[in-house]
Parts: sequence; structure tokens; C-alpha cells
Amino acid sequence: MSETTTSQTASAEALPKAQNPAKQFIKKFTQRKSAVAGLAFIIFILIIAVIGPSITPYNPNAYDYNALLAGPSPQHIWGTDEFGRDVFSRILAGAQLSLGTALTASVIGTAAGVVLGLIAGFFGGIVDSFIMRVCDVMFAFPGILLAIAIVAIIGPGITNVMIGVAVFTVPSFARIIRGAVLEVKSELYVEVAQSIGCSRLRTMFVHVFPGTLQALIVNFSMNVGGAILSASSLSFLGFGASVTQAEWGAILSQGRNYLATAPHLVFFPGLVIFLTVLAFNLFGDGLRDTLDPKLN
Amino acid sequence: MSDTLLEVKGLATEFKHGKKNWISAVSDVSFEVRPGEIVGLVGESGCGKSVTSLSVMRLHRKDTTRISGDIIFEGKHLLELSDRDMQAIRGNEISMIFQEPMSALDPIMRIGDQLAEALTLHTDLSKKEVHERSVEVLRQVGIPEPEMTLRNYPHELSGGMCQRVMIAMAMSCEPRLLIADEPTTALDVTIQAQILALMEKIRRENNTGILLITHDLGVVAETCSRVIVMYAGHVVEEAPVDELFKHPQHPYTQGLIASVPRLGERLRRLPSIPGSVPDLAAMPDGCRFAPRCRYAQERCRCNDPVLHEVSPDHTSACLLSEQEREEVAHA
Repeated sequence: MSETTTSQTASAEALPKAQNPAKQFIKKFTQRKSAVAGLAFIIFILIIAVIGPSITPYNPNAYDYNALLAGPSPQHIWGTDEFGRDVFSRILAGAQLSLGTALTASVIGTAAGVVLGLIAGFFGGIVDSFIMRVCDVMFAFPGILLAIAIVAIIGPGITNVMIGVAVFTVPSFARIIRGAVLEVKSELYVEVAQSIGCSRLRTMFVHVFPGTLQALIVNFSMNVGGAILSASSLSFLGFGASVTQAEWGAILSQGRNYLATAPHLVFFPGLVIFLTVLAFNLFGDGLRDTLDPKLN
Repeated sequence: MSDTLLEVKGLATEFKHGKKNWISAVSDVSFEVRPGEIVGLVGESGCGKSVTSLSVMRLHRKDTTRISGDIIFEGKHLLELSDRDMQAIRGNEISMIFQEPMSALDPIMRIGDQLAEALTLHTDLSKKEVHERSVEVLRQVGIPEPEMTLRNYPHELSGGMCQRVMIAMAMSCEPRLLIADEPTTALDVTIQAQILALMEKIRRENNTGILLITHDLGVVAETCSRVIVMYAGHVVEEAPVDELFKHPQHPYTQGLIASVPRLGERLRRLPSIPGSVPDLAAMPDGCRFAPRCRYAQERCRCNDPVLHEVSPDHTSACLLSEQEREEVAHA
């Protein structure tokens, strides 16, 4: 009885183990320390975004007239603003709004860009020319300027900032995905898919789209960092969150009036924005290095 | 004519060249395939073999390709069908096998999902029945562990295995016609023999008509019953396989056959056909083979040759008769 068990385990060990692509990916990715650090920070900040509002040491909107523009101290570790509101609490509470805005804008913009890029690349011809020329026109504007123009037209507010940031995300994704589609489209297996009777739409979504996922994931992770920066910039310029809302860009914006007397008001929100954007960029770089076969 | 499976009449395919020009890749191609018959389509690279097969499947891009002539499959004029009707035929009634098995399968889809795709598109089978049918076709093409292979990705299989999967995919809906575009070119000789034997088995068991595109005369001699020889976008000769190898009529066919090494023959240098296939954009007038033909006469350069019967079932597009060619050879 025990003999059979031993021989079974022995034969199981002798069998060649199938290479698990997910395991391989994790192994390669974890070799890049900066990317892992980026990912760790992203996870940390996402947790903050979820539980932040409930773990603030002070009510982020409560005024404390006894501590106006107070510097960092044991009571208020990141100091207070001109109304005596605790900066640390406001940044904790604001993570949700800042990240939420950036992520939502990125997802909407990316989705639209992907669909347009797929259509342009796969169908080609006039459709392609039209979509790409419209994108070229949008590229002619500096991204943030375009977002400002959009928000100026439809009015300020968080939702409109999302729309603005999403709109200028679209052309870059359309172009990236179109490029990837052109590459995948010339593969023999796409022709084979059509030869077994797949419709053009089915071929496009089932066989061509997965081939562009790699470019999509990498660029999405990098784009989120940019979107955080753009959304914060818009709020900083007064187009986004209102003064009462705890949003990183808005906090920074208020602090700039006291740059000389209370530099902690710009330092801490600036640092948090900087670290978050850096984390997304490092993570994106790491993903690209891991996924791109040409770099391995 | 009811026993004809596929009839191609006067097929001409042109590609857009620049803004307004069209160049003709194949023209005036006519042939037929009957059920349960393997027809070889032979010629060197660039002579229009693949263009012909892709035209039959209507897989060319619409905006850059013009196809004219008649392609009649079981009484249906394929060129007149809507895109949707054509999709229902592809993979269902006409299937295709490609040259490079390794790149013909979607690299990020499991074999099982790819096999299931054609079946779900063209049949009403349930998920379980699709699985059973997939296992069955994989077993038919000689894959030893079909259940396991279904869970594999293409990169986990060898080239020969991939080609078997490709054939299984093409055969899963029991098509009436199979177009095999150089199915064995990328495979080594032992696998080649197995794949050819497999195609012969499919023909025998399902009475499938097969159009075998190849540049390998050895493959043709081994498997085909009839051969069509193409040169520079034209059919130059058509004959039953024995007849073609014994009495090739067109100087191009003769050159092709002469350039195959034979066992037991001691030759210093293998004969070859001088020159190369003319450029599509600059086709010579008259017979397209004339510039490379050792029998070419003045009239070959100004008259367009037509296929004519030289003996029953055997047609050739050479303007000179056998006798005339002999005279030229002795002169």
C-alpha cells in the first residue's frame, strides 16, 4: 500500500510540469524592484481611497479657529490650512475623489479610444482616415488645454473634469490600438478565422482585440498617472472640485496663497500627487518591460 | 455537369496598384473540381496559385481587389452571394488549410476553443456535443490524446500537430470542398507523408473534393488525380496526373518535370528553366512563357495562346504543336 503511494509520488515528480504563464509573469515582474514598489504604493493608495474617509483623525471639513495655518505638529502631523482644517485628514479623505476621478476618466477615455482604434485599424479605408484625422486635430492641442476648453464649455465640476480628461485620453489610445491592430491583422490566424466563417465583427473582437491587450494594459497603467495629474491640475486651476471639497488638486490650489508663510500646505498634497503619479509610471514601465517580448 | 463540385470559369483577379491602376494577378483561369477528387494546382512562386484559392474563398480585401468571372460551387455563384451567405459557406462547405500551421492558429486561444468556433458558428450542436465532435475530429486526424490537446495552446504543439489541428478545424463541419494551400511546405518529409496520407483518407471517407496547391511535383504525383499547371496568372496545361508526367505538352510543364531530380540518374547539372517569372505590371505580349521558352517563335510573341485539347482530357496552351516543337529542337 505504502509502496504504491511512493511510486505514484515519484512518477508525479518525474512528469514535466506545464509552464504556467501567470507564474512566469509574476516571476519576471517581481525581478523589477521599482515596479514592485510602484505596485505596492498603488495598492496602498487604493486601500486609502476606500477606507480613507473613515480613518481620518479629524473631520476633514471641521474648522478649528485655534489652529489656523499651523505647521506640522504632533496634533496635526501635516499641519492645518487657513480655516484650521487638518491637512492630513483632508488628503486621506480626498484620495477617493482624486483617484476616482482619474480612474473613471481613464476607463471611459480608454474604452472609447479602444473601440475607435479597433474600427480604424481593422476596417481601414475612409473610416480609418476619418478617425485618425480627427485624432490628429485633437493631438494638435496640448492635452490639458483641450481639457480646459472642454470644461470651460460645459462648466466646472468634478463630472465635467472627468469628461474633459477622458476626451483627451481618447486619441492617444485610438492611435496605439490602431497600430497594434494593424500588426495583428496581418497575422495568418486572422485570415484563418475568416476562412472558417467568422464575421468581420467577430474576427475583430475575438481574434484581433486580444492581440492588442498587451499594449492596452501597459498604456492604461501609465495613463492613470497622467490622468491624476490632469484632474488635479484642473482642480488647481479652479475648474474641478469646489473649494469645500477635499480633493488633492483643490487642496494644493488653496495652499498656494500661503506658499511663503505656510509651505506645508502645498508640500504635502504636492508630495502625495507626485508619489502617486510616480507609482503608476513605475508600475507601467515594469509592466511594459515584463510583457514586451522584444525587450526580454 | 451535376457531378461538378466547384467550377471556376474565366476567373480574373486584379489588385489595385497605386491610385488608379489595377494589375492583373490571374486572368482567364478555368478549372473544375469533382467530389472525391484531388486536383493539384502547380506552379512556381508568384504564378497566382494562392490568389486563385483566396478568390474562391473571397478572402481578398474588397477595396483593393477586383474579381470577375464565375465561381460556381454546387450550383451557387459565389461571387454573387452576400457577405453573410459567404460566411455561412466558409469553414462549413468550403474549408481552407494554410501553409504555415504554426502561425495559422490563434496563439492566445486554446485548441479546444478554436475547434469549437467553427462548430458553434455553423451547427446547432450543444456545448457538450461540440466537445465530443472536437475530440472525434482530433482523433480522426491522428492526434493521440485529443482530450489533453484540446486544453493546449498552439505553442505547446509541434508544427505537424498544428497542421493536424488545422486540418481537424477545416474538416470539423464536413465540408464538401477542401482547399489546401501548400499544406506540407513548412513540414519535414516524414510529417509531409503523414499529412498527405491523412488528406487521402479524408477524400476517401467523406468524398471531399480537394484542391491541392503546391509547387512540389512529388506531392502531386503521389496524391492528385488531375493536375492544373499555372504560369504567370494563366492556366497553361491541364491533364490527368499520369498523362501529365508521361506526355507533358507545354514547354513550361516539361521544364518543371525535367528539373525534378530522379533516383538512379547521373546528371552533372539539374536542368532548370532560364529566367524568372515576369513582373505582374510588365507582362510580355503573346505567350507569357515565350521569353523563357526554348521553342519560342515569332508568332508566340504576338498571339495570345488559348487552352486547347491535345488529347482527351488533356489541354495545353502552347501555340506550337508537338511536331513543330520537335522541328525547332532539331533545327
